[in-house]
Amino acid sequence: MSDHEYTPSSKFGKWFNDRLPLLSLVNHLTDYPTPKNLNYWWTFGGILTFCLITQIVTGLVLAMHYIAHVDHAFSSVEHIMRDVNYGWLLRYVHANGASMFFLAVYIHIFRALFYGSYKAPREIIWIIGIIIYLLMMAAAFMGYVLPWGQMSFWGATVITNLFSAIPLVGESITTWLWGGYSVDNPTLTRFFTLHYLLPFLILGLVVLHIWALHVPGNNNPVGIDIKKPSKDTVPFHPYIVIKDAFALLMFLIIFAMFVFYSPNVLGHADNYIEANPLVTPAHIVPEWYLLPFYAILRSVPDKLMGVIAMLSAILILAALPWLDTSKIRSAVFRPLYKQFYWILVADVLILGYVGAMPAEGLYLLIARIGTIYYFAHFLIILPVLGLKEKTLPLPLSITEPVLGGSPNLAAARDKTEKIG
Amino acid sequence: MRNIIRFLIILFFLSISKSFAAEDTAKFLETDWTFKGLFGKFDRASLQRGYQVYTEVCASCHSMKYLSYRNLSEKGGPEFSEAEAKAIAASFEVTDGPDSTGEMFTRPAKLSDKFVMPYANDEEAKSANGGAYPPDMSVLVKARKGGADYVYSLLLGYEDPPSGIKLDDGVYYNKYMYGNKIKMPAPLSDDLVEYSDGTKATQEQMAKDVVNFLMWSAEPHLETRHKTGFRVISYLIILTVLVYFSMKKIWSRVESKV
Repeated sequence: MSDHEYTPSSKFGKWFNDRLPLLSLVNHLTDYPTPKNLNYWWTFGGILTFCLITQIVTGLVLAMHYIAHVDHAFSSVEHIMRDVNYGWLLRYVHANGASMFFLAVYIHIFRALFYGSYKAPREIIWIIGIIIYLLMMAAAFMGYVLPWGQMSFWGATVITNLFSAIPLVGESITTWLWGGYSVDNPTLTRFFTLHYLLPFLILGLVVLHIWALHVPGNNNPVGIDIKKPSKDTVPFHPYIVIKDAFALLMFLIIFAMFVFYSPNVLGHADNYIEANPLVTPAHIVPEWYLLPFYAILRSVPDKLMGVIAMLSAILILAALPWLDTSKIRSAVFRPLYKQFYWILVADVLILGYVGAMPAEGLYLLIARIGTIYYFAHFLIILPVLGLKEKTLPLPLSITEPVLGGSPNLAAARDKTEKIG
Repeated sequence: MRNIIRFLIILFFLSISKSFAAEDTAKFLETDWTFKGLFGKFDRASLQRGYQVYTEVCASCHSMKYLSYRNLSEKGGPEFSEAEAKAIAASFEVTDGPDSTGEMFTRPAKLSDKFVMPYANDEEAKSANGGAYPPDMSVLVKARKGGADYVYSLLLGYEDPPSGIKLDDGVYYNKYMYGNKIKMPAPLSDDLVEYSDGTKATQEQMAKDVVNFLMWSAEPHLETRHKTGFRVISYLIILTVLVYFSMKKIWSRVESKV
């Protein structure tokens, strides 16, 4: 893992390191050469690590007070909110933390899309990232079920019912998932168990994600390969550590604003009504971060095809390194791709919006167009664009000033200023 | 720096659009809630009056099962004195037991007891109210889109149905209710309760007081939350500034800008 030999200075350190090279690992992490032109969009990796740890720590304490039983789940959450010391803080951090986690992961993913971070030699990092994202969605969904409010119950009913679309064995699979003939106590207890398990799987995958990252090193806004270490790089500590800390603090201020001043604005009011299998809410909507996929699911008239479309929308990302045929990584040097990138961003936002609306009339039409465009972006536009697009000349190094070659003034300025 | 600003703008719009999306439909009545804002606190006297309205009017049908009598004297709430809260509790009878002979018995409620429920079970509640279950009020404000404004408006939103709308027996017209039809008759009328502090018991006053009380019951730690939040965010801002200058200093070694 280490790029160079490291010998601890103390005798004990050397003795220990020969038996377990922990100090070599620490040395690798602190010295890790990082491109010095990384912008603030690159700070979300650190922010996400923080989010994961926050969710695990708050979740552990919540689990000490929560009771996974249909008769007690809702009231145990109220017990946490009222009687547990700072229980309200733990729960609001955990609930809003999920939203902040997804906000950060979406920025992280779209940063990778813009700067082509998924391209060779970083395909494995990217695919591990997609698996983490999938597990995050599963964990968030099951976590949302635990308070056993109306949206918990009916959200769980809608999502688990999707499996019944599988031909022949669908019904049996759904019954197996439920542990009965509807969402009930067995469903709640298994969701709780899995909700507890998944974050640790994610943690393991995060280690692999970072490990895989440390083999080729970070991509950078210019997207060219750099020599490591060189005058183009800085050691991770203190340069990137302090910058990540600064970005994390900014992020925390926004996080705190949600937690302390509008803790319920991202949730749904119906989830403060205890689950009632006999009363269906007027509109069943998932949390905001799942809305684009919900829109894709509902835009297909056939249930099975809808489920396939929704899953493909996520899994298609895993094939992205091969669908994008362009040799150039960064969108800074791909004038056409840059435009299509922003259209995709808009498309996903629109899908998210219509996902929250009733699936009828104009909304349904917009959702269908949005869905078709989403797939067209990955299956048609990207492969063709890579072959046809006339890209801009790449600089030789990230410190080389751009000699009026780039039409992107912002990028040119960034580089002359040598933004770190 | 440019990127940070851009990032903040995006987050700002995200939060704004979410809070706007939360309130479409009919415009709710507005009143000056003291619990809103950065330093929002409850109006203590209003909470105490609100409890009076709840217990004399609402409590005959609506339970509040997550509250205990001790909550009434806790900090950040109506802050009745402990003696007052004990007296309030003692005015209710609860079933306890079994005693040493195996018999259940009734006794006056204590501070540690939960609010006594008006009905023995959901079925009794339904049959006494024409089939409609009067929802538990502990977290009611958070369980409705529009929150306190909605509940306040609903309490004052009773009016005669517009021509063309026929209402069944036991169904009332309320312009803020989802679907406009509600099975609860207008609960408030002027001078329905007599406030001991001399406040005039108008409908608006009672609605405001009881919604204040319901907001507190849904968010009993709201005051602590606001106070802690202000401290946390102040601390974070100071730390952010310090870290920003440290970062500038560190990065000045590599003649690079951050």
